[in-house]
Amino acid sequence: MNTVELFFAYFAVSMTLLSVLIISVKNPVHSILLMLVLFFHIAALYLFLNAEFLAAVQVILYAGAILVLFLFVIMMLNLKEELMSHRFINEWPIGLALGLSIIVFIFFALDKFNPNYKGTYTIEAIKAETNTKAIGKILYTEYLLPFEIASLILLIAIVGAIVMAKKEK
Amino acid sequence: MIPLSWYIGLSAVIFIIGLIGFLVRRNLIIMFMSIELMLNSINISLVAFSHYLQDIKGQIIVFFIITVAAAEAAIGLAILVALFRNKNSIHTDDIAEMKG
Repeated sequence: MNTVELFFAYFAVSMTLLSVLIISVKNPVHSILLMLVLFFHIAALYLFLNAEFLAAVQVILYAGAILVLFLFVIMMLNLKEELMSHRFINEWPIGLALGLSIIVFIFFALDKFNPNYKGTYTIEAIKAETNTKAIGKILYTEYLLPFEIASLILLIAIVGAIVMAKKEK
Repeated sequence: MIPLSWYIGLSAVIFIIGLIGFLVRRNLIIMFMSIELMLNSINISLVAFSHYLQDIKGQIIVFFIITVAAAEAAIGLAILVALFRNKNSIHTDDIAEMKG
């Protein structure tokens, strides 16, 4: 086993363990902090795959914005009662069996998968104009309309969040 | 060089863990976090495809998924706050008015 495979094995094992812990620990604050560690692992995996811009976005947006939002909401809720009550719903074996059966199907299908396509963005081509510039170029030309729609989605999210969380007079 | 299917396998495992978490937990916050887990696993597989198929469009899609995830988290947590204010509980089995 060479060094690259060893790195990937570390990431695979620790990410799987972290995800299992996230859905199974009792205290939601602990699970958010574990999720922070998981997001840093994912950012490192993006660096591994030559996606520097997305690694930065992952840390800034997910770890910096979304998880802080989760923490703020937990602060407003009642945690004492949560720690006393049951973690899982009564029908939990059905959910577990469903998930495990799907993963078995996926793993049978995994080695049948054979992509037969090569694009023009080789590592050398991306290195020549840097990852961020390559993404920016294609985002503001070919994907300009989806980009504008994304800004509209964010606007709707801002308005919706304010309207729903506002107290009734 | 790591084969592409390893990344897809890792992404599938995390997706299924998120799915199980969404199905079995009672707490609505953990259910939202399971959704984030599933979105992140899809992002991993898209970035892996983008690297191995040498096409940068996969990373553009990840960019849009992160945008939608941020909007979804904001609206979902606003619903959660409104729900907690009215029901004083965030457990799924306490919210069963629509059950027949």
